Amino acid sequence: MKLPFGLGAKKAAAAKPKGHDASHARGVMAFAHTAEVIRAEAALKAAGFPVRVMGPPPDMRTGCDMVVEFELMREPSARRVLAEARLAPLAVAPVRAGMLEPVSLFQSVDFGQWLMVRAANMKVTVDKETRVIVNVSGGGCPDVPALAELMVGRTLEDAPAPLERGQTLCSYALELAFREAQRLLPLDAGSAS
Amino acid sequence: MNEPCLPPWLIVGTVPDDGFGLVQGECRWDAFGLAVAGVHVPVRRGTPALVAAACAACAALGIPAPQALLAGDAGRGAGSARAYAWLREKLAELRPGGLTFHYLFPDLAGHDMALFAAQDLPRRPLLVADAGFMYAAKMSGQAREYDLFTPDAGELAFLADELAPHPFYTRGFLLGPEADTRDLIRRAWEGGGAARHMLVKGSCDFVVREGEILAEIPGPQTPAMEAIGGTGDTLTGMVTALLMAGREVPQACRVAALANRLLGILAGPTPASPVAALIPHIAEALRLAERAETA
Repeated sequence: MKLPFGLGAKKAAAAKPKGHDASHARGVMAFAHTAEVIRAEAALKAAGFPVRVMGPPPDMRTGCDMVVEFELMREPSARRVLAEARLAPLAVAPVRAGMLEPVSLFQSVDFGQWLMVRAANMKVTVDKETRVIVNVSGGGCPDVPALAELMVGRTLEDAPAPLERGQTLCSYALELAFREAQRLLPLDAGSAS
Repeated sequence: MNEPCLPPWLIVGTVPDDGFGLVQGECRWDAFGLAVAGVHVPVRRGTPALVAAACAACAALGIPAPQALLAGDAGRGAGSARAYAWLREKLAELRPGGLTFHYLFPDLAGHDMALFAAQDLPRRPLLVADAGFMYAAKMSGQAREYDLFTPDAGELAFLADELAPHPFYTRGFLLGPEADTRDLIRRAWEGGGAARHMLVKGSCDFVVREGEILAEIPGPQTPAMEAIGGTGDTLTGMVTALLMAGREVPQACRVAALANRLLGILAGPTPASPVAALIPHIAEALRLAERAETA
């Protein structure tokens, strides 16, 4: 029987230098929980660090998880920012092979009065006139129903951004769909709110 | 047709409230709403919607309601961990004839705990997985240990992507509009990301066995259903009830898929409708779908 994911897997080989590959100077931070990744990303971005969330390399995956990719040379200052936010990475490592990009494709469906935006497995549906979120669907992580209850019935401005409360990758996908809905239905484009 | 499933059927999932605790027992769905082991559970979407749909379908089929194991979990995973631990410790006492796993934190260790507990039972139960638990099942490399997955289009692309550990990382060439559902179904099976059967939800539903498409259910069409949170849960609830009633997996999938589509006709929802508005129509939708199946 195949062992649980990660157990018995060979360590991913470190990426070999290739010319001026920007990944030389990039590292990843792993945290205890997805919610900490979300907070760390927000704190580092607010401090001006060019960071992004990635899928961890295969030997670091445990389930619903992700890592923060950052400029490795700025690790000390990044750690200071995180410490101020009461965050401490479990591990820091150079970028290596096997990391995955988060989804970046969106699909939208126009229902006339309503617009549905999908990112990965998450969908948010908005009344185009009032910009009120009328439904959240898709997803499979336990915070999705909780987020839906907070967002449905509120406008795209009033609703909490999913990452403010979200804990999982589904909430991250919902955040992307939410932002895309805000982009497609800007406040000054005929909103009644 | 199989014999009706006399042992209990256990639905395992979460409610989005960390203070809910852990509840296991008989389900009841009536004019007062949904109760599990006597504890009232609001039905808005997610596992409570699945349980309510299963109860309504069981009543229509004339069989007892399922049992449920519900954990309060708003996303941090602690409630799901308690549910996984319960399965490890208590499942052998319950000896269910089938399990439906649903909104659970997709944790690999927890998944394996649950799967091994089911595999250790004297008689192997039918295993259905949807939502977060399905993600963990695929990620574990043990998808074929399951009798049924019920993915939607985005989740199918994830199952077909042998590298993705979660739908969030599904690669674009599998997720874009050019991706063909038939190719994804084949790819998911060949890559080990699919269960033995799949009910793929979409503009056309597909019933699949070992990568082979057995049936397509293209209508009736109610496009608004895709926007309503919980329409996948009603489908998984109905297919659970049909399996409990002894239907073979492909037949249960065909009937449930058609019945879920008929819910859209009977309820006439808009994209702003709540899933709770659909559940009262389940009995009639199932009756019509079963009649169509036997016609």
